Order: sequence, then structure tokens, then C-alpha cells
Amino acid sequence: MHRFANPARFMRIAEPILPWTSVGALAAILLALYFGIFDSPADYQQGETVRIMYVHVPAAWMALFAYTLMALASGSFLIWKHPLADLSAQAAAPIGAGFTAIALVTGALWGQPMWGTWWVWDARLTSVLILFFLYLGYMALVNGFDDPERGSRMGAILALVGFINVPIIKFSVDWWNTLHQPASISRLDAPAIDTSMLIPLLLMAIGFKLFFISILILRIKIQLLKKRIRSIQLTH
Amino acid sequence: MTPKRRRLTMVGLGLLMIAAATALALNAFEDTLVFFYSPTDLIDTKTNPKKQIRVGGLVEEKSLLKSNDGLSVSFTITDLDNSLPVIFKGALPDLFREGQGVVAEGYLVGGLFQAKHVLAKHDENYMPKEVADSLKKSGKWKGGNKQ
Repeated sequence: MHRFANPARFMRIAEPILPWTSVGALAAILLALYFGIFDSPADYQQGETVRIMYVHVPAAWMALFAYTLMALASGSFLIWKHPLADLSAQAAAPIGAGFTAIALVTGALWGQPMWGTWWVWDARLTSVLILFFLYLGYMALVNGFDDPERGSRMGAILALVGFINVPIIKFSVDWWNTLHQPASISRLDAPAIDTSMLIPLLLMAIGFKLFFISILILRIKIQLLKKRIRSIQLTH
Repeated sequence: MTPKRRRLTMVGLGLLMIAAATALALNAFEDTLVFFYSPTDLIDTKTNPKKQIRVGGLVEEKSLLKSNDGLSVSFTITDLDNSLPVIFKGALPDLFREGQGVVAEGYLVGGLFQAKHVLAKHDENYMPKEVADSLKKSGKWKGGNKQ
């Protein structure tokens, strides 16, 4: 892993990947939308409303994935002081916050017709809202110091402390009575979703992941270029 | 110990402490983290009739009754061990049906639950209607809803 922590080497690998992940993301999301809207059945209980799942669930997965990545990068920044680790954590935060917001909004839109309420303070919904605030808090903290090095360190500590929330979100539906139903995909027996509905769900998950990688590479690249501009300005 | 090893140990120890503290805190707040009680939970606990609580479970089959004026309904919430009669005045959510999960919010007064809000709970099974029908026909149905 440490071999790739060199910014120049990272860009040499990431730059050629970028067009593939971008095109792949667009293709997977369009395919997922096609299957999700036109070529998948209505649910036996929920009817057409079930289609919200094809956006809601992959967005929620990405919200957890981006935070996990952010916490890992923050940890390796604190321990090994890799500047690239700090950059990736900072680059991942707004993307993760965006996916969390999508999950919260689509969840409310889904909850209103199905549960009969936009929002309840059950363990799952509340812990995801906390995740959203952790993202916002991280972004504010990182930029809240005159010394950017200090901001990075403070943000990394917050990201690590907040990581405890990720397993809480995942297992909240098993540990406590919640209005939110338990997981369908990661059950030990077969997933509780019919194959015709699994196709758009997994396609969207792949699309979101590729989208995340593309934006992450772009954001890291911008930060690296900004750093170079700053150092050039300082030397002249 | 190199500085790197020291930082690694510190971060590891710190995370361990936070995990332990969170586990203890969550354990202590167990009761308030629960979104609803089951009818069995309510048998032994003394509840204040003036305090709003939530009860969850399945709507018992053939227990749904509409009043003559059509405004209020009564049904029974069961956790398959114990059950609790509920009365409610208002609009029920779309997913509300007998055999389906439900969470009622209101006051427990003398063994009768007076609901102010009723929320439908759905399970984690997603499938088209034809698949659900054929599963029920072949006796392989595992869901909670046996209509």
C-alpha cells in the first residue's frame, strides 16, 4: 500500500483509470435506471413504490463505504503521515455527505407512503442522521484552522472517533426494535430479494461506486495541482 | 519503539477505548433506544397511562373491526405470545393489513391501547406478486404475512 502513497505514482495509476470509471459509472447508472423503472416488477406488498429502493439502498451503502474509506485514510494519515491519505479522506467527505443526503431524502420519500411518516427517531434513521453530521463536522473542522496541517490532524481524529457509528448503523436494525426493516442482502441465507429486483439494485450499486471513484480521483487531482501552484507561487 | 509504532499503538488503543465506552453507553441506554415495545414487554412493566409509548407487532388475523361511523378502528397487536387490543381514530397507512407488522403510538389505559398514530412496518422481503403467490401455493412461504 505504501508504494502508492507517492502523489506522482498515484496520478500515473489513477489518470488512465479515470475515463473507464467515468464511462462505466454512466453506463451502469443508466442501465440500472432502465431496469429499475421499466424492466422490473412491482413489489407484492409495496407496489410501484419499491422502485425508490434502487436509489435509496445503493446510496446508503455508499454513505457507509465512503465513511469507512475516510476513517481508514485518516488512520493511516495519523500513523504514517502520508499526505495522500489526508487528501483522499478530505476528497471522500463531500461525496459521502452527498450520498448520505440522498439516502435520507429518498428514505423520507419512501417512508411517507409505506410507513405513514416521513421521519421517526428510531435507531437506524437517527444513526444515519448522525453520520451526515459527522461528514459536515469533518469538513468544517478540516477547514477551520489557519494551519491546514493542524486542521487535517483534528479532522482525522474526528473521522476515526466517528467510525464507531458505522457498525452501529449496520447493526441497529438487529440490535434494537426499529421501524426500519432489517437487511435483505447481507443475510446468511439467500438474499430476500427476487432476482428481477436484485439486477437494478446491484447495477446501481456498481454505478455509484464507479461514480465515487471517478469523483475521488478528480478531487485528489485538483488538490495536488493546487498544492503545486502554491509551491510555484512561493518560490517566485 | 519508533514514533510510527507509538502512533499506531496510540490510535489502536484510542479506538479500543472509544468502542468500549460506546458499547457501555449503548448498553445503559438500551431501553430508550428501543423504538417500540412488544405486547409481552408491556405485561410486566408498569406503564404510566399519561405517558405516550409505542407498541409494535403483527396485526392479528381477523381482529380488524371498523366502527359503525367508519371513523375509528379496533384491532389486536400480537407478538405471537401475547396480544394487546388497540383502538385508533384516523387514517391507516397504505401498508396496514392483517398479518402485517405495525407500530402504534399512544397511551396504554387499563389494558386497552389508545393509539394516536399508526405506522406500518414492512419486512425485508421484496418480490413480484406472482412469486409471492407461487411461494404461498407451494408452501415455501417464510414471510410474516400469511394472507
